[in-house]
Amino acid sequence: MAAIETDIAEEGARAGADESLPRRPGLRFLLGFMLPIVLALGWEAAVRLGLVQGRLMPPPSRVFATLYQLAASGELLRHVIITTARVAAGFALGVVAATLIGALAGALRLARDLVDPALQGLRAVPSIAWVPLFILWFGIYEQSKIILIAVGCFFPVYLGMLGAILSVDRKTVEVGRIFRLSTPALVRRILLPAILPEYVVSLRAGLGLGWMFVVAAEFMGASEGLGYLLVDGQQLGKPEQILAAIFAFAVLGKISDGLLLSAAAPFLTWQDAFAPRH
Amino acid sequence: MLSIESVDKTYPNGTEALARANLGVKEGEIVAVVGGSGCGKSTLLRLAAGLDRTSRGRIRLDGETIEAPHPAVGLVFQEPRLLPWLTVAQNIGFGLSDRPRAERARLVAEVLERVGLADYAARWPRELSGGQAQRVAIARALAPKPKVLLLDEPFSALDAFTRASLQEHLLDLWEAFRPTLVLVTHDVEEAAFLADRVLVMRPRPGRFVAELALGLGRPRERYGPAVEAAKRKILRALDLSLRGHREGEELAPAAAI
Repeated sequence: MAAIETDIAEEGARAGADESLPRRPGLRFLLGFMLPIVLALGWEAAVRLGLVQGRLMPPPSRVFATLYQLAASGELLRHVIITTARVAAGFALGVVAATLIGALAGALRLARDLVDPALQGLRAVPSIAWVPLFILWFGIYEQSKIILIAVGCFFPVYLGMLGAILSVDRKTVEVGRIFRLSTPALVRRILLPAILPEYVVSLRAGLGLGWMFVVAAEFMGASEGLGYLLVDGQQLGKPEQILAAIFAFAVLGKISDGLLLSAAAPFLTWQDAFAPRH
Repeated sequence: MLSIESVDKTYPNGTEALARANLGVKEGEIVAVVGGSGCGKSTLLRLAAGLDRTSRGRIRLDGETIEAPHPAVGLVFQEPRLLPWLTVAQNIGFGLSDRPRAERARLVAEVLERVGLADYAARWPRELSGGQAQRVAIARALAPKPKVLLLDEPFSALDAFTRASLQEHLLDLWEAFRPTLVLVTHDVEEAAFLADRVLVMRPRPGRFVAELALGLGRPRERYGPAVEAAKRKILRALDLSLRGHREGEELAPAAAI
């Protein structure tokens, strides 16, 4: 029993060791806002004091005024909804395809030898290069946009899925064998939990690319969406509108990533990195 | 009765891991297999556990040939190999998924109590020390109440103090469940302290070269004269086997192997 007690003491020490930052999560959350707020206030002050010109780089007050106008007219919401919908559709499409093909390639050597070289080759093509072709094939409306986003999301998720399956430890699989698990049970009880952490990381990477590609997609001709706001701001010489759209992208990207993480967190509490330190 | 009957194992790369291995282990007996690395002792356990197939010969448990993992045979690996996404209790219950929920809970609670980790039921494996993790691994193998428990150098990664306490712990569990134990080790003291019978193996090809019936009762005093004498006996057998190997002559294995 003495051994157990020292273990508990060690654990306490470990939990306390990395806590040079404030312990309360609320405080740490607020800490993350400090840098952007300080930078924004600094810029605002610099413009007000006449140290810099605010014409091409408008101060935060003007950006937020623009955001407010867009929000009040209901225009912002419309753009946000259409852009989010495009990302969601493209992401869903890309993730489903990548997961299925990645799982197949990971599970069957033949499938891997068959599809992986081709996909690795396609991966080397900058996805934007597909734009002209997609427009020819699918037109300039939603279809081509969603497919472009799906292509962007596909590769990180495919690579993550394949890599995760290939790196499952033979030793862990043997534990399943020794307890005579059937193949479906082996997949459900050993393989799925073993690949989940890496898979979630690849989903986050895919989602990030989804937000990147929606801009490219909306650049290629859209009458609404945050990407349209960007183009519109450039053509009409309204930098505050561009910055407002960029700000909206930052917020949406962070929120969607947070949602993805919190959806996965209950399945990953066992991981060191997700440890709720007490 | 676990019987290994003229078993050969040759790996696809041509390595003769095991040649003409014969061994009978009585029910409830504790047998230690000692030898240097690469002498085929782990191969022997993998075959007995049904993880690998023999190249020739067969392994039987009470007459039934073992060709795949068998419910009556448990295996403890050198590393705990706990599943990091399951709690301690879930890990212990991992091999009981075919039992009704209530029975599973009862068996898990019983074994947890036995290994002294009842307070740790809801912990994650990462929260355990090396010794605790290996105790959970042993508990997981014992939970389905196997007739035979195979242990592949189970304590070799632990410090000397933890190792000694886990050896005693293993004996407690053996008293409680009375499984047949086949323990592979390179630790002579461990073999002398735990085993009824010690088998010495030599590599290239892996084979049994000596058998020692220790004839000691239990409990044993770890540093008492009887265990010390047994240690010397095992060391001498290892040494003899080494010399026999150097001179290229095959030692006549002791009777009844």
